[in-house]
Amino acid sequence: MAKPLIATQHLTSCFGCHMSILDIDDRILKLAKMVDFDRSPINDIKEFTWPVDIGIIEGGVSNDEHVEILKDFRKNCKVLIGIGSCAVANSVPSMRNTVPLKECLEEAYLNGPTIVDGGIIPNDEDIPILLDKVYPLHEVVKIDYFLPGCPPSADTIWNALVALLTGKELEFPYELIKYD
Amino acid sequence: MSQETVTFTLDGVKVKATKGQTIMEAADAAGIYIPRLCWHKDLPSGGNCRICTVMVNGRPAGSCLFPVEDGIVVENNTKQLKDHRCQVVEMHFIEGNHYCPSCEASGECELQALGYYTQMLTPTSPYLRPKYEVDASHPDVYIDRDRCILCGRCIRASEFLDGKCVFSFEGRGIHKRISVNAEHNLGETNMEASDRAATICPTGALMIKRTGYRIPVGKRRFDIHPIGWDIEKKKKSG
Amino acid sequence: MSEDHALFIKKVAEKYGRDPTRLMDILLEVNARYGWFSEETIGHIGEAMDIPRVKIRDKISFYTFFSQKPVGKTVIRLSNSVVEKMKGAAEVARAFEDAVGVKFGETTPDGAITLTYAQCIGMSDQAPSALINHTPVGNLLPEDVGDIVEAIKNEEDISQLPQALIDVNLRRSGPVVFAPMDAGTAVRAALKMTPEQVIDEIKKSNLRGRGGAGFPTGKKWEACRNVKSDFRYIVCNADEGEPGTFKDRVIMSERANLVFEGMTIAGYAVGAEYGIVYLRGEYEYMLEDLKRILEERRKKGLLGKNILDKKDFNFAIRIQIGAGAYICGEESALIESLEGKRGAPRERPPFPVEKGYMNRPTAVNNVETLCAAARIMEQGADWFSTIGTEASAGTKLLSVSGDCSRPGVYEIEYGITVARFLKMVGAEHAIAAKIGGPSGRLVAPNDFDRTISFEDFSTGGSVIFFGPGRDLLTHMKQFTEFFVEESCGWCTPCRVGTTLMLKEFDKIIEGRATRTEIENIKKLGQTIKTMSRCGLGQTAPNPILTSMQNFPELYEAVIKPVDYIGTFDFAKAVSAGAEITGRKPHSDEEANL
Repeated sequence: MAKPLIATQHLTSCFGCHMSILDIDDRILKLAKMVDFDRSPINDIKEFTWPVDIGIIEGGVSNDEHVEILKDFRKNCKVLIGIGSCAVANSVPSMRNTVPLKECLEEAYLNGPTIVDGGIIPNDEDIPILLDKVYPLHEVVKIDYFLPGCPPSADTIWNALVALLTGKELEFPYELIKYD
Repeated sequence: MSQETVTFTLDGVKVKATKGQTIMEAADAAGIYIPRLCWHKDLPSGGNCRICTVMVNGRPAGSCLFPVEDGIVVENNTKQLKDHRCQVVEMHFIEGNHYCPSCEASGECELQALGYYTQMLTPTSPYLRPKYEVDASHPDVYIDRDRCILCGRCIRASEFLDGKCVFSFEGRGIHKRISVNAEHNLGETNMEASDRAATICPTGALMIKRTGYRIPVGKRRFDIHPIGWDIEKKKKSG
Repeated sequence: MSEDHALFIKKVAEKYGRDPTRLMDILLEVNARYGWFSEETIGHIGEAMDIPRVKIRDKISFYTFFSQKPVGKTVIRLSNSVVEKMKGAAEVARAFEDAVGVKFGETTPDGAITLTYAQCIGMSDQAPSALINHTPVGNLLPEDVGDIVEAIKNEEDISQLPQALIDVNLRRSGPVVFAPMDAGTAVRAALKMTPEQVIDEIKKSNLRGRGGAGFPTGKKWEACRNVKSDFRYIVCNADEGEPGTFKDRVIMSERANLVFEGMTIAGYAVGAEYGIVYLRGEYEYMLEDLKRILEERRKKGLLGKNILDKKDFNFAIRIQIGAGAYICGEESALIESLEGKRGAPRERPPFPVEKGYMNRPTAVNNVETLCAAARIMEQGADWFSTIGTEASAGTKLLSVSGDCSRPGVYEIEYGITVARFLKMVGAEHAIAAKIGGPSGRLVAPNDFDRTISFEDFSTGGSVIFFGPGRDLLTHMKQFTEFFVEESCGWCTPCRVGTTLMLKEFDKIIEGRATRTEIENIKKLGQTIKTMSRCGLGQTAPNPILTSMQNFPELYEAVIKPVDYIGTFDFAKAVSAGAEITGRKPHSDEEANL
């Protein structure tokens, strides 16, 4: 039987959750025996080769490209997990949510204290278009499991993956549920 | 002084209490933790958050205010109440703008601790995303209404512990918020950093300036023990 | 100017002895003079009363009749409760906007007219209706609006307009409330008994509170009497705010004397010397008449000292006007409001009979209950208990509105079936009835053989009929909006829960919901009902929950048979960014599942 496939992706975030995945230390050898990685920034595979068993998404949804990626993940993943505060709750990126987008961009590119001789709001075709707010994943697609934390600890991620791969219930001892 | 003793049942256990105590006080004394948020040991109860709701003879009642009576049957630790509490905790999170990863109160925040206690992994109801301005006009204390859960502790502390009246509510329903006793902002009030009100906020809505992030992650109050641990340890130690 | 301002406020404060419990009256007088409360005004009131300004602001911001921004000399409050909407309030609103030249929520630049919406103003039987300052106008048609606005502009007396002729609309008198009466008969009968005998008689009659909860009146009075205290109070709850109810309007205009008799008898029975009528702000136009009736009663020796020469039986009544807050109909919130605070409900116990107004034992009774109590003194408990059913003695006033040919107030005997009642009012074609107003339940035709009584459909009196073609789900949404608007905000489950409920429900009626949303909303509803502090929150989920229960087919028709629908709206979310950068977003279609 083929090993289960995992795909990962980061949206608006600091990549810290991916660092936390790598932070499982030598357990990564065990993980490599248990699963194969498909699309992921870790192996730089940018498109799905196959539909996968588990998809892991870090970060909030803040532009049109993210929506596409997220929906692509939902389509190609049997189980989709949101990891980290940016993906599942309010976090640093979503602090702009109570300010209108126009004001944010004008402050950043036109009127901010570091702007010299006027600027322009970037509008190149290759840059994704920002959304009005940064959305948690579950407002856009169905998310099967949430792992909170900034980032979730390596133990949290490990526990969750092992439980999913061995068909057990996801249960977290007190120390492993953190919003920060 | 003679104190009348009453006996009631709490989650199937007989508990002795003194007449005049609330259900919560009696439970605390017995080492049984009933989750709560707006309640504070030095303040009269407000009954705002409703998280301490228990069933008394099958009917819901706020345990922070309901007086014990002989023979009442109280349910606290039921699946149904746990679910309701988790949902009310979630309501607090989605009503304001709580950015735990960057908040100075993180790790010390009672709302967050209750989220952990009720095993809320994340709020899944839609965020309401209200817009508030931070009031940093006071030299030593600031108000971040994004984090305010309208528990009313600061109002009660200012009135009953500090003998002042720095805070009150304003508006009603979902538009309700904390207001200060000045034409414009906190800087115009007689608030002082030494006021009890300044340190009584269960979240990070009312904070003393220049004191944030002093305790490293891992050593903060709720990193070490779950909320309610101090009460439950009484039972464990007999 | 500013000095006059301060002086005026100081004088008003002094008129009420700077008594903080009279703050409502002080605010009403200041409001009558200035129309709104600036921070300067708030500061002056605080100073004159020696109350921190934040507490004054707290109170003002709670009541809808008090504004913290300038309003016009004339304020038009158009009721937009559910029945009013059914009867064309939206068209009338548009006509007002056209005639006045501003939108609702705005004031004309010359400061003459403000247009604003109000909740139910107790005129559902003659909807669409509005309050023009304090004068109610009803049966409004879009084509009338021009003349009304013209009259306001010409500063004519609004109460002389044809639309200001309020129909009493008493469609059916029964033996208890609307039978003929003579002032003093009931009090005289009561004074022949001892207070304990009065209470026994009321207990024997099986009279239960008419406000909705149905607590036995005799038991309430007895409890109040038995609490040791130097003072006791009688409070008459005339703050009917349940949309679709207006029975108190009719009682107060037709049988005020019977209400005052009931209060006086209650005072005698429980040992109270002081009674307060809490009259909803929307009924302020009745105040002068009511004061005149009180004065007549004083002259006849029916109020005051040694009433009807009964030695040491003293009783006085004053009327407290409210300022627009549904929650003040809840007895403990009403008491808070009476004491000059925001109308937030109290925790119970202690109940008002133990610690009520001014922390003294207080019997709070509904207007209709007091009428019945007076009539029991007149006719006897035995007579009373023969009316109605065994568990529900007496008659009930029902305020009928919506799709029926004869809206108005009906005094019916308890135990009448819904089916018989709808014939009586001309609502034979009803597809649903909301019994008990928004907080009551939505009843389907297969339950029309059930009865209106404490043991079956218990109600405070609002009955709204929906005829064929009505979009029931939209009306349930509007009822829920009412609770969102009227939640006092004290406790989280009600404050946040009602708003969440509305958001979830929007998904359902906009066809963006799956079975998951149905389950979520049921769960949320149960949390709100269990965890909320008072009756408002405990009943706020009822429109949605009872319609789910009794009209499941309406929900089946709109939910989508898919696994999941997100709340995210791509087109809306991307539009600002696309506009700012002048670009076209990637089509979302490809990504859509």
